[in-house]
Amino acid sequence: MNKKLEKLFKILEEDARYTPADIASMLGESEEKVSELIKQAEKEKIICGYKAIIDWDKVSDVHVTALIELKVIPQKNLGFEEIAERIMKMDEVESVYLMSGGYDLSVTVKGRSFKEVALFVAKRLAVMDNIESTATHFVLRRYKEVGVKLIESDKDDRGTYSF
Amino acid sequence: MINYDEILNSSVVNIKPSGIRKFFDIAEQMENVISLGVGEPDFKTPWHIRQAGIDALEKSKTRYTSNRGLIELRKEISNYYKRKYKLKYSAQEEILVTVGGSEAIDLGIRAIINEGDEVIIPEPSFVCYVPIVKMAGGVPVIVNTKAENEFRLTADELKSAITKKTKMLILPFPNNPTGAIMERQDLEKIAEVLKGTNIIVLSDEIYSELTYGDKPHTSIAQIDDMKERTILISGFSKAYSMTGWRLGYILCPAPICKQMTKIHQFGIMSSPTVSQFAAIEALKNGDEDIATMRAEYDVRRTYVVNEFRKMGLSVFEPKGAFYVFPCIKSSGLSSDEFCERLLKEKKVATVPGNAFGECGEGFIRVSYCNSLGNLKIALSRIKEFLKENKNG
Repeated sequence: MNKKLEKLFKILEEDARYTPADIASMLGESEEKVSELIKQAEKEKIICGYKAIIDWDKVSDVHVTALIELKVIPQKNLGFEEIAERIMKMDEVESVYLMSGGYDLSVTVKGRSFKEVALFVAKRLAVMDNIESTATHFVLRRYKEVGVKLIESDKDDRGTYSF
Repeated sequence: MINYDEILNSSVVNIKPSGIRKFFDIAEQMENVISLGVGEPDFKTPWHIRQAGIDALEKSKTRYTSNRGLIELRKEISNYYKRKYKLKYSAQEEILVTVGGSEAIDLGIRAIINEGDEVIIPEPSFVCYVPIVKMAGGVPVIVNTKAENEFRLTADELKSAITKKTKMLILPFPNNPTGAIMERQDLEKIAEVLKGTNIIVLSDEIYSELTYGDKPHTSIAQIDDMKERTILISGFSKAYSMTGWRLGYILCPAPICKQMTKIHQFGIMSSPTVSQFAAIEALKNGDEDIATMRAEYDVRRTYVVNEFRKMGLSVFEPKGAFYVFPCIKSSGLSSDEFCERLLKEKKVATVPGNAFGECGEGFIRVSYCNSLGNLKIALSRIKEFLKENKNG
């Protein structure tokens, strides 16, 4: 990929609030060109969306996240695709990954209580065809989310001035 | 009662304290200052390098090393210069591992300078050259580099500074504070002036890995006939973000290295051992780290330069180090006033250009060793400051 484009994505990945004018300044490009590149990447679904990272634990305690390991019997000709697509369409599901190693699909589920998530797994996921087993792991504390530290750390310990 | 004024060494007493002392004091009382005032990377030392340091500690490799440094490290330094610059230095006789680039500068000057010898120092430049020359009994001869030459040292400027007493030229490029570099053709012209003289070049290339644009850094030692008259200084602080490890080195002709080793041996003994083991790892497997950090600095550099230009400040494009050196004369303030008021009113720390020599007056040093997010906030504060200052 074009180096400039790669830099643009890295900048946006760091903070999606940078304006085209900011990014133009960082890349030494015109604002129009940057806007055009972003529009194109959005169209091609390279940039898939923009979201804020919320530490919901600070908002209320009715937010539960679980990682669910699914062992799946792959289907002839379809492999894991069909089942992964069915799972990703469920509103409660936040992410779906095909994994290497001890299990096949890793699914992140959000709910309002442990019970709600556990019931979702039991009633919606475990009963699907071709699901061999499930293992549910509840998240107890989030330290870092998509590269952003949620707890205070790494204070700049350099002084204010040095030559 | 002892009168300390009478007993203290006069050449030390006569050294002026740093001009930015008062800024330290002001900043200390403030919160939420964004610092564009530091000369050290914001990146962490890459993990594999730290791991090598930890391994050394675990294996209890905590003795003195050879005075000149671990031979494995000197060999790696030698390999690095062969690989990057096609320069051959003997690990046995021509390389000395020092406590940072700073000790290397001190040794280079002390090994060469006799009482009354003149040392040509281009300014603006790092703050230690003048005091060290003076403490060694030498006489600093300042050459003021100019914004219109992008703060490069020109052959004519050099020629007019040379006298019969000239013993050394300090060549501080890529430059702190201006970010100026000397390209091959610039160095060739300097070499032309020096060939046939006995003037030694002390080339402080600590920022060599932070050179931007298509052309890599050129060392003056690569120019024909210059290696024999060059003391090349570099280190690990800037390239690998290893400031606190305190490790630098000198490459120079064997007879000079031999004398410097004596000063080092009696003053220091040997450089920190754990740091030396980490440095071996840095040289062996650190090229990618440098490339990653350089790419990040390059985005920041472009951003800061463009933003200053949008504010209407005149700034040349620095092609080295991690500083931008905008001219703030249009604000009507002196460098000192500008930096002091910017700190107090907008909580942004920068260093007045004249801290690096009188000809830096009218400029400020802006370090972009900070995240893009912080740079954005700091730059918008500077923009506000300029606007308010204009209206006021």
